[in-house]
Amino acid sequence: MGENIFLNIASWIRGLLDSIGVPLLASDIIMMIVKASAIIVFISLNVIWLVLMERKISAYIQCRIGPNRVGPKGTLQTVADVIKLMTKEFLIPRSADKVIYLLAPLVVFAPPTLAFAVVPWGDGMAAIDMGIGVFYLIAVTSLSTIIFWMGAWGSGNKYSLVGGMRVVAQMVSYELPLVLALLGVIMITGTLNMSEIVEAQKNVWFIFTQPLAFLIYFIAGVSEANRTPFDLVEAESEIIAGPYTEYSGMGYAMFMLTEYASVLVISIMCTIMFLGGWLAPFGWTFLPSWFWFFLKVYVMIFLFMWIRWTYPRIRVDQLMGFGWKVLVPLSLANIFVTGIGMYVYRSIGW
Amino acid sequence: MIDLIGREVVDVFLSNFWSIGAFYTLALVIVASGILVVLMKNIVHSVLWLAVCFIGMAGLFLTLDADFLAAVQVLVYAGAVCIMVVLGIMVIRRADMKFSNPFNTQVYAAAGVVALVLAVCTFLAVKTEWMVSRARVPENTVEPIATLLLSKYVVPFEVAAVLLLVALIGALLIAREVKTDANTGSQAD
Repeated sequence: MGENIFLNIASWIRGLLDSIGVPLLASDIIMMIVKASAIIVFISLNVIWLVLMERKISAYIQCRIGPNRVGPKGTLQTVADVIKLMTKEFLIPRSADKVIYLLAPLVVFAPPTLAFAVVPWGDGMAAIDMGIGVFYLIAVTSLSTIIFWMGAWGSGNKYSLVGGMRVVAQMVSYELPLVLALLGVIMITGTLNMSEIVEAQKNVWFIFTQPLAFLIYFIAGVSEANRTPFDLVEAESEIIAGPYTEYSGMGYAMFMLTEYASVLVISIMCTIMFLGGWLAPFGWTFLPSWFWFFLKVYVMIFLFMWIRWTYPRIRVDQLMGFGWKVLVPLSLANIFVTGIGMYVYRSIGW
Repeated sequence: MIDLIGREVVDVFLSNFWSIGAFYTLALVIVASGILVVLMKNIVHSVLWLAVCFIGMAGLFLTLDADFLAAVQVLVYAGAVCIMVVLGIMVIRRADMKFSNPFNTQVYAAAGVVALVLAVCTFLAVKTEWMVSRARVPENTVEPIATLLLSKYVVPFEVAAVLLLVALIGALLIAREVKTDANTGSQAD
């Protein structure tokens, strides 16, 4: 039911372009533009929905009702918020480094958007089925550190600068366990292609064979997305809003958008690497593959939100200590054990 | 309506046109941003141009179908080397960053060195017989690289691996040492 709906749309557009005699390269470019706009629309709609979901879940956890005035049951609250943000004035502080200050919100959304290009949304549904998919995603998302720092530095504000220092320190420290945790899965599958990694989980999801790697990846992912308990970057009670302190209107909205897009990226990576991607559990294939994919991604996002509204923020030195003294050695040990385990399995003939 | 053969010719022409265009655009970006890294008075701006330069290099690798190298370029250079420079800037105690990338007056010495380097490079570039391979680019570039790294180039690879491991363990050791110092009370600052 509906399994091939997106593939059919893609092949229909391709057929339409072919039938009117568009050169192959041009139709390739048009297809890429269609896919890219579909991804951007998907992220934007998702963020609108995620902000509402976050507010509703936080309200539920704190025994409140949450947004309930705009639209039925408050469902249009974020739409109203977006309109408010778009009509707000964009202020430039006098001490700001103008070009960097303006450039940061323009480019901050690019790394997560680029990351979505290799994501297999369902069986054979990646925009680009890249041989080095996982590595590409890691490389592209590593660019966002310097962009956050651009915003922080360009603001010319000491709270922003403290936030920027925290961004750099935190993201550099937690990128290491994040990548090392994925290595266990890559060692088992022997490929960097996301579709092949999902296929390799046909019999057992990697969350069961690599539980430690999943845990490390999840914790480091929460930190990479700068969410509580690791949201020291924008700790409201200490440094106002960190790198975003001076931004208003759409500039601020772009940073918000990026934060939710990175949550989405981390959840998607958890789903692909550890939760079997689009594969249906128990052979329940009566629902389409992309449905299972989104279901798993949303379970992961719910986990993110649950943690955010349950735990308090940790201290800076605890953050760095936990990253370097606990997560990095554990992820190295995981690689070591995985390597030995693979040979033990092979020698007993599994 | 163009017939099938005509269409193929158009495609080949277009793909050549685009790859040549991409090369010159990227070359322009790389050279211009490289010059700007040197010329910018504010070291923060220099770092950002350096990132642009690195990403341009990654693009150049992509035009050669070296996707793995391009990703390495982005991850290691744009993602990590620039961040290292940023960390360096953060620990500088300087109230005003406006003239943090100063110039000196050794124009003649610099011109001499640059001219010499340029002459040597030009000479070598003209002298070398460049090998143009007509082999098809493999679909999956990671595996050939891995095979080469673990057979022909295994010694340099292992040396680099040991070096990185030592650096990583050293970082862990430094992180731990602060705690033991605080416990014993010696040199805890």
